[in-house]
Amino acid sequence: MAYAQYCLICDGTACNSSQSERIYEQIMKYVYDHDLEKTCQVVKTGCFGFCEQGPIVKVLPDEAFYVQVKPEDAADIVREHLLKGRPVSRLIYREKDADSLGAVDKISFYRKQVRVVLRNCGFIDPESIEEYIAREGYQGLEKALFDMTRDEVLAEVEKSGLRGRGGGGFPTGRKWRFSKEVEADQKYVVCNADEGDPGAYMDRSILEGDPHSIIEAMAICGYTVGADRGYVYVRAEYPLAIRRLEKALEQAREYGLLGANILGSDFSFDIEIRLGAGAFVCGEETALLMSIEGERGMPVQRPPYPAVKGLWGKPTVINNVETLGNIPVIITRGGDWFAGLGTETSKGTKVFALTGNVNNSGLIEVPMGITLRDIVFNIGGGIPDGKAFKAVQSGGPSGGMIPAEHLDTPIDYESLAALGSIMGSGGLIVMDEDDSMVDVAKFYLGFTVEESCGKCVPCRVGGRQIEKLLEKFADGEGTPEDLDKMEAIGKTMISGSLCGLGKTAPNPVLSSIKYFRHEYEAAFKKDVAETA
Amino acid sequence: MAKMTLEELRKLREKAQRSIRSRESAEDDIHLTIGMGTSGIAAGAKDTLAALMAEIEKHAELSVSVRQTGGLGLEHAEPTIEVRVPGMPVIIYGKVTPDVARQIVQKHLINKELVDEHIYDRPASDLIGPDANK
Ligand SMILES: Cc1cc2nc3c(=O)[nH]c(=O)nc-3n(C[C@H](O)[C@H](O)[C@H](O)COP(=O)(O)O)c2cc1C
Repeated sequence: MAYAQYCLICDGTACNSSQSERIYEQIMKYVYDHDLEKTCQVVKTGCFGFCEQGPIVKVLPDEAFYVQVKPEDAADIVREHLLKGRPVSRLIYREKDADSLGAVDKISFYRKQVRVVLRNCGFIDPESIEEYIAREGYQGLEKALFDMTRDEVLAEVEKSGLRGRGGGGFPTGRKWRFSKEVEADQKYVVCNADEGDPGAYMDRSILEGDPHSIIEAMAICGYTVGADRGYVYVRAEYPLAIRRLEKALEQAREYGLLGANILGSDFSFDIEIRLGAGAFVCGEETALLMSIEGERGMPVQRPPYPAVKGLWGKPTVINNVETLGNIPVIITRGGDWFAGLGTETSKGTKVFALTGNVNNSGLIEVPMGITLRDIVFNIGGGIPDGKAFKAVQSGGPSGGMIPAEHLDTPIDYESLAALGSIMGSGGLIVMDEDDSMVDVAKFYLGFTVEESCGKCVPCRVGGRQIEKLLEKFADGEGTPEDLDKMEAIGKTMISGSLCGLGKTAPNPVLSSIKYFRHEYEAAFKKDVAETA
Repeated sequence: MAKMTLEELRKLREKAQRSIRSRESAEDDIHLTIGMGTSGIAAGAKDTLAALMAEIEKHAELSVSVRQTGGLGLEHAEPTIEVRVPGMPVIIYGKVTPDVARQIVQKHLINKELVDEHIYDRPASDLIGPDANK
């Protein structure tokens, strides 16, 4: 016999520390008092990921979501809801800012996440083109090809306010326009799936979970700018992503969604995969294009930008996987719909890889403008073992450390830059009171020094010099002059490096000096520390 | 499948939507979806799947379809399985070891009761499918 009702009590770490155990006991007691144990099953669950509003109790199949439940509320939940079927309205979660959400007000925000790019991940079988098609798949391409001119598609992308998710944050519509406006006999679309940041795996997850969305987006881009060839540059360390993408490409060709005269239109487009060997610098767009051409991947001076002069000298739109993942939705739902999510300067959502010392690590997709506090303490469920939060490192090896006093900053491209960090590709690593900022800075700098291509002096020499100085601090041998030197070299690298690798490599060091100077001072050589 | 025209794509979409809907309403069959991205597999999803299939084998009376999907966004709780049993709410289980997989078959699929301590929530509402905007 199936139960008629289920009462789910969140037993995640955060709810558990605020009495979920007592709530469970109380609810069980009343369930037995009222002889409901045969019709209603009471179960403990894992974390629901809405920890600041905990303890949380959910009643199914009604989908009633109770927040900040106290043991005293058990009687009402059982007698009113479970027994009489009347939800206890005072405990039901209400969305504070439900009015301000505009175009997207239908999305339920209690979960804090909005999955636009990840819309199909976890829903469809990535190896089935028909499941993708069932969920609005290839509807954006269909609309672009048959109901819209190239200018109209471009206008929609511009209106959406979408900016590059690969790190730079460049407006996608503007990039497409550059390419579209150049006259050329051949143009290309390239998808950057190099994903070199340690800890980042958003692009891998999209390719593994929803490969057709990238194919569809690249075809839409090709139609818009006038390209008939595309390349996906993906690192060889992603075998599952590659296999699923290959399969998706085959299916798309078979169904006539790639190849000559797509869906009977006069638009033709096809895509090839190019494997990268896993060099971080090959994620940089000019180096990546050289690598596709068969050269050693080294950044070159821009301008000219790839959009105008890219692969084999031809106009080439290069976009990140996540950037592209937004495109089909922007076309089916419109640029205005998309622009209804996010902040003034940064529209839509961002996928982050939330890791480090946080209870619920994982891939999250949140509207731009959410605070770091919401991410760490609600979605992430806070810090394990009751430890104190120290900092979040955003943007991977090119990003900076953000301390507790800035947890309430609404995050977008501009606010993160103002804090000395970057959006980057979306790594978010949480650090607790036991983590040493000097060690973290040394780890990231070590990574960028290792991955520097060595072409320009500021990056090649500057990075190595800072690394040596950091080693002194790690050994408790630093001096105040060393601190000044690291800052000076860092500034030179930022202004003088050829590509983004060198320009951003000092971020972890500079931001940790800015916010955690005392940790460096604590690592001064002994006699220095005494005289200081 | 021959190359499609616009008309054929539209027809295929309707047909595919119907088949997804019938799965989602789960009127007769039981539908299980297991997260098989890199991180799910690293967390043991293949062993979980094997245990699940072996347990289902033992129960010829069950009519179950099992399919794979990408990451759900619950990496801290992988491997994950979504369970749709007719007449019961859709449930996502996390930290599904082979042992928990067997419990899911025994308790959820056969006894029609939920398995304690392993229920998680989808991290966001669905933008597209019939469950959208709930
Ligand atoms: C050192 C370095 C590494 C980069 N790695 C990546 C990467 O792995 N993936 C990516 O999409 N962009 C990466 N970028 C950014 C690209 O140069 C480029 O801006 C991006 O692919 C453009 O796409 P978008 O506008 O869609 O973000 C990197 C940049 C630098 C400087």
